[in-house]
Amino acid sequence: MGFRSVKSLLVATFSIFLISVSFQGFAQNNEDGEAKTEEKFDPTTVILNHVQDGYSFHFFTIGDFHASIPLPVILYSPQKGLSIFSSSRFGHEGELTYEGYKMENNKIVAVDEGVKVYDFSMTRNVVQMLLVLTLFIILMINIGKRYKKGIGVTSAPTGVQNLLEPVIIFIRDEVAKVNLGSRWERYMPYLLTLFFFILVNALFGMIPGVANVAGNIAFTLILGVIALIVILASTTTHFWKHLFWPPGVPFLVKLILVPVELAGVFIIKPGALIIRLFANMIAGHIVILAFISLIFIFGEMSTVAGYSFSPFSVLFIVFDYFIEILVAFIQAFIFTVLTAIFIGQGFEGSDHDLHPGTHDGML
Amino acid sequence: MELLNPNLGLIAWTTVAFLITLWILGKYAWKPIVSGLEKREQNIADSIQAAEKVKQEMAALKSENEELLAKARDERAQMLREAKETRDKIIAEAKEQARQETNKIVSDAQAVINQQKMAAITELKNNVGKLVIEVSEKVLRRELASKEAQEQFIHELTSEVKLN
Repeated sequence: MGFRSVKSLLVATFSIFLISVSFQGFAQNNEDGEAKTEEKFDPTTVILNHVQDGYSFHFFTIGDFHASIPLPVILYSPQKGLSIFSSSRFGHEGELTYEGYKMENNKIVAVDEGVKVYDFSMTRNVVQMLLVLTLFIILMINIGKRYKKGIGVTSAPTGVQNLLEPVIIFIRDEVAKVNLGSRWERYMPYLLTLFFFILVNALFGMIPGVANVAGNIAFTLILGVIALIVILASTTTHFWKHLFWPPGVPFLVKLILVPVELAGVFIIKPGALIIRLFANMIAGHIVILAFISLIFIFGEMSTVAGYSFSPFSVLFIVFDYFIEILVAFIQAFIFTVLTAIFIGQGFEGSDHDLHPGTHDGML
Repeated sequence: MELLNPNLGLIAWTTVAFLITLWILGKYAWKPIVSGLEKREQNIADSIQAAEKVKQEMAALKSENEELLAKARDERAQMLREAKETRDKIIAEAKEQARQETNKIVSDAQAVINQQKMAAITELKNNVGKLVIEVSEKVLRRELASKEAQEQFIHELTSEVKLN
């Protein structure tokens, strides 16, 4: 009952949000829209603008009509203090100056040189991430309640439980238990959160017109850093002893091996996680945008070429979308499983009942 | 390159979002779900084990029953056999006893017959002797004139004598 009312509330808020956007679009007429249509089509800028973060949700521009949702800008500078205002203050092209701040290359800087600005704006990535996570948290709490009530424990699971249960069981059996031995239960909340955090953001990022959250380096960087913290927190003295003084290795080799191992733990492992996720998530979007851009590139050559190429382009885009869905699951899984493996390596061999892979099959 | 330059705001928000998500989901979703799944699997495993045990018990019970049945059948057969033996024995004994009884009755009867026969013979002998003595006495008392009259007389006497 509660879930239902929350859902309708969300729908209502979102509708109001959208309506206000359209009014916004009508209210603010700008002459710059005209000039842009005459510019030569530049795929690089278009693509990069789409995959990058932004201060507003910009859907499309038809003539003077800008369908976009302005988002709150939150800035802090030691000199000026905290300032919060709507991103629409900068105008649609970011050409205006407000409270001594201006937009420069899709970034907010102070007009005065030498004023340091810390930008904590609710960019479209942030807003979308929070929205998606709110929905996901509500869904998961609802499911959690059902398990608490005993549905799925003493009776068969129903509805959405059936959708998520295989995934949770898969993470538990194929990721946690295999790599973490008997300590699997302690890491389950982290691993599950990590997996679904990546998955829901990647999947929602595929909806046309929304931000590409999972394909942002800041997003993957934080996941990598958190993974590193968890990995380091679960290491044992045994692990560090082996790292700094590998047994059975000649002294001179140790001199080479130890720095390499250290770099592996602190830089290479998390770095690989960060770059892999980032590259995979952004690549799909770039490919899709490139195929769309191809239509316009052909269109610039001749209108006929543009129209005749569009079916092929759409075909490739559909194909790429399917791959993207697959990649979202695969990358979420890979990130999670690699994190679990690295955590497992941290306490491997410290006590002997923890050999990975020796878990008792529950059933 | 702008793409590879992580921006501070997103880093901060992602960190906050991840930690809050981790906390909320860890408390209200993953914990009940994982423990619920665990409990359910334990439940299923226990149920299967219990069913297996009951099955084994049933099988054991069945074989026990069959054993009991077989034993009962054997016992019945033995009882029947014993009853038959007893019956035969009783019949045989009865027959034997009857024969002995008969023999005894027959021998008793014979003994009685012999005894009476002997008594009869003795009586006859006594009677014959008495008779002879009476006849002799009569003969001696009468003086017989002639031989013919004597013979006549004897003849008379003898015809008078009737053996019993």
